Amino acid sequence: MNTPAIVARKLTRRFGTFTAVDHISFEVQSGEVFGFLGANGAGKTTAIRMLTGLLAPSEGEATVAGYDIRTAADRVRERIGYMSQRFSLYDDLTVRENIRLYGGIYGLQDDEIARRSEVMLGELEFTPPVTAMVRALPLGWKQKLAFSVALLHQPAVVFLDEPTGGVDPITRRQFWELIYRAAAKGTTVFVTTHYLDEAEYCDRLSIMVDGKVAALGTPAALKAEFSVASLDDVFVTLARGTASSGERSP
Amino acid sequence: MSAQPALLAFMRKEVRHLLRDRQTLAILLLLPIAQLLLFGFAVRTDIHAVRVAVVAPASDAASAALRTRFANSGRFQLLPAVPHADSLESLLRRGQVDVGVVLPPRLADRLTAGEATRVLVVSDAIDPNTGTTMQTYAIAILRDWQDALGAARSAVRIETRLRMRFNPTLESVNLFVPGLIALILTMVTSLMTAISLSREKERGTFEVLLVSPLHPWQIIVGKVLPYLALAMANVVSVLLAAWLVFHVPFQGSVSLLLSASMLFALVGLAFGVLIAAITNSQLAAMLAALGGTMLPNTMLSGLIFPVTSMPLPLQLLTNIVPARWFIEIVRGIMLKGVGLSVLWPQLLILSVMLAVLLTLAIRRTNVRLA
Amino acid sequence: MSAPAIVVQGVTKTFGETPALRGVSLSVAAGELFGLVGPDGAGKSTMFRVLTTLLVPDAGSATVMGHDVVRDLWAIRSLVGYMPGRFALYADLSVEENLRFFASVFGTSIEAGYDLIAPIYRQIEPFRDRRAGALSGGMKQKLALSCALVHRPQLLLLDEPTTGVDAVSRREFWDLLDQLRASGLTIVASTPYMDEASRCDRIGLMQDGRVLAIDAPAAIGAQFPRALFAVHGGPRARMIAELRRYPFVASAYPFGETVHFSDRRLAESPDTIRRELADYLAVADLQEVRVAPIAPGIEDTFMELMGESPSVAA
Repeated sequence: MNTPAIVARKLTRRFGTFTAVDHISFEVQSGEVFGFLGANGAGKTTAIRMLTGLLAPSEGEATVAGYDIRTAADRVRERIGYMSQRFSLYDDLTVRENIRLYGGIYGLQDDEIARRSEVMLGELEFTPPVTAMVRALPLGWKQKLAFSVALLHQPAVVFLDEPTGGVDPITRRQFWELIYRAAAKGTTVFVTTHYLDEAEYCDRLSIMVDGKVAALGTPAALKAEFSVASLDDVFVTLARGTASSGERSP
Repeated sequence: MSAQPALLAFMRKEVRHLLRDRQTLAILLLLPIAQLLLFGFAVRTDIHAVRVAVVAPASDAASAALRTRFANSGRFQLLPAVPHADSLESLLRRGQVDVGVVLPPRLADRLTAGEATRVLVVSDAIDPNTGTTMQTYAIAILRDWQDALGAARSAVRIETRLRMRFNPTLESVNLFVPGLIALILTMVTSLMTAISLSREKERGTFEVLLVSPLHPWQIIVGKVLPYLALAMANVVSVLLAAWLVFHVPFQGSVSLLLSASMLFALVGLAFGVLIAAITNSQLAAMLAALGGTMLPNTMLSGLIFPVTSMPLPLQLLTNIVPARWFIEIVRGIMLKGVGLSVLWPQLLILSVMLAVLLTLAIRRTNVRLA
Repeated sequence: MSAPAIVVQGVTKTFGETPALRGVSLSVAAGELFGLVGPDGAGKSTMFRVLTTLLVPDAGSATVMGHDVVRDLWAIRSLVGYMPGRFALYADLSVEENLRFFASVFGTSIEAGYDLIAPIYRQIEPFRDRRAGALSGGMKQKLALSCALVHRPQLLLLDEPTTGVDAVSRREFWDLLDQLRASGLTIVASTPYMDEASRCDRIGLMQDGRVLAIDAPAAIGAQFPRALFAVHGGPRARMIAELRRYPFVASAYPFGETVHFSDRRLAESPDTIRRELADYLAVADLQEVRVAPIAPGIEDTFMELMGESPSVAA
């Protein structure tokens, strides 16, 4: 079955007279690692909110994990996972409590949670005790654990919003190995990042500028298209090419 | 897909959050108990220890008998003899007596002659409810006294005249308006400054302000003065509304009232600054401000429940509630028309409170983050 | 040789049970652009708070422009421009109102500081009446920098000024810092982005409250103990897997398009290493892969030094 994991067609969102997302269209295949890049205020967060069923589009449509975000938003949310830099796990709960919480929220039975949790922690080679408070974990462990917990209910698509912000370089790379492992198992990974070396790790990526998709393709294709050596230069060329209004996208 | 495990999981998480936030948990458990105790002990619809003064121009057996009756009743606290009715007026204004019973001159002769004898009962009716209750008690004693006199004589005609002082029409609004001014001032000063200061800290701009030539006290004064202006504007508007809409009487000096209001507002501001200095978050500051100011100011200030009716420990506690003294001042000025000569003790107490709170607030305000 | 702008000696600071700074020593020369580089939790913000006199060290000492951070705090507070993380600005005031406020707090005015902040402020001046809360991340950053500069400080302390801001704004920001440094201002900025760090005169690598190394960016790279190679051209996952299986591998990490590889054997010449590796990869059916020697960068050295430090992220 080769239906794309995410399909967006002319997806649009306006806030009053301001158009945050302007008729964007793209597809993401199953098991792909898709990078979603763009400056702050370019409309990334709004687009992600629509795809995760949190915000209704003004125009256009999209399906995520096979469900329409307009008519079946709750079914979309059952089939996806989410992790962001700002919020991942509850600081004042232990590791085990966090795992049980997320498992429970997604409807997993206790024994199933225990089984998957053991497998997950084994794969992570998780050394701290499961009774440790999350706030006591080093940042690197927090982020890796948060990612794994987002995958606990085996979602079809996982959305990662700047998951490696502020993390040390070794842990960053370990995190991306986790991403590859998940993709290899068939999970589609939709990730945003400000690290342009990480953009290279994606199968394909899109760059949003002022609410529109200004570039879409593999890293190699984009570099060829703009005749530059690095994605950094692609980004700069695109961002400088447009007149920015300075307004922040809500 | 059943939602039940999800709901249970979520509820379990919320319980854990609640149990682990020790500070908030303590407040949420202790506050209702405190309220219960306060309500239980402070709320008194029956009145004890009514201070009664008997004005008897001449001492004779009948007036002595009346005095003894008052003294022996459970509810009255008999004050030393008052020779003239004028002195009674002064005592009422100072708030030193609740009920005055004025006996006519030549009481003994009149009684013997069987003449109509007028007895005047004057009650402090600032609180119209307690005023009428006290009056009822006094009349009951008078009846007993009358019956006892009548048993020994043939015809005793005693007419009681009743006067409610300071609140002749028994308006509740007259009782509440002074207290309301106190509450509004407290809210604008303590609550808002505590929140404003702790929000600055949470926002992170406080850090930048500290790393500048500004001393912390300058930052605080700068933040606090607009609230003082706002508070005074509130006082003026409440007074205008009370006067124009509810026709609350205004017997005394407006400038004294405004000065006292400013003093009370400053006390509230100092307390707000202190709260912000000792709490860590906006939420804690707000809870502390509500619990530490609004609660005592409603329950323990004499706003609703008279202080004299509270059990002794609570009465002692009310001494440190600034609103208690402020309400006495405002009621005195508005309803009794008294001035500095009578109210200087209360004003002095408020000034001392201000000095203490300011010193504490300054000490606790750090020139660094830690 | 003028006196150093900042001297830190053996500063330790612990919060409860967590040590934020462990015996940190460093110095910053006058007129230098110094970078504090490290991930979250390295102690960068705590270091800034000690230097701005907001925190008192538990042990050790620090002086800023010759003043002791504990005793002479008021002297330091007048001559430092501080920009804490997350851009402390008043969201409900306009751009101009924010700037005017911070100028007045230092007893000066926008006009007095205008020529210094002009290159930065001019970019946001068209939005001067807009509420600061409605600005984009890049604009907020420029406003916060203007507010820190308007009183003409002698030293600028910027705590993660580019975090959470897109790549273009980041570049522009460092261009601005270059210009400011040219005017003689001493600047200390912290960043978790290693590529930005190469724009500094000198950098200090920090991890878990300790300083791993301090030197000019190029020299930091030179601290990498082995020859480094860039391997690229083939499928990344397979390249990494094969490299990690290589018997002489010391490190193999992805770096964007390429994989950085270093060999354990210090005695062999780079040429030998390159040839042997290429042969090995050809056998593993990765003939299209090319191996070229490269100069190690800051990130390479950071990861190497991290591995030696006891409390490495697992």
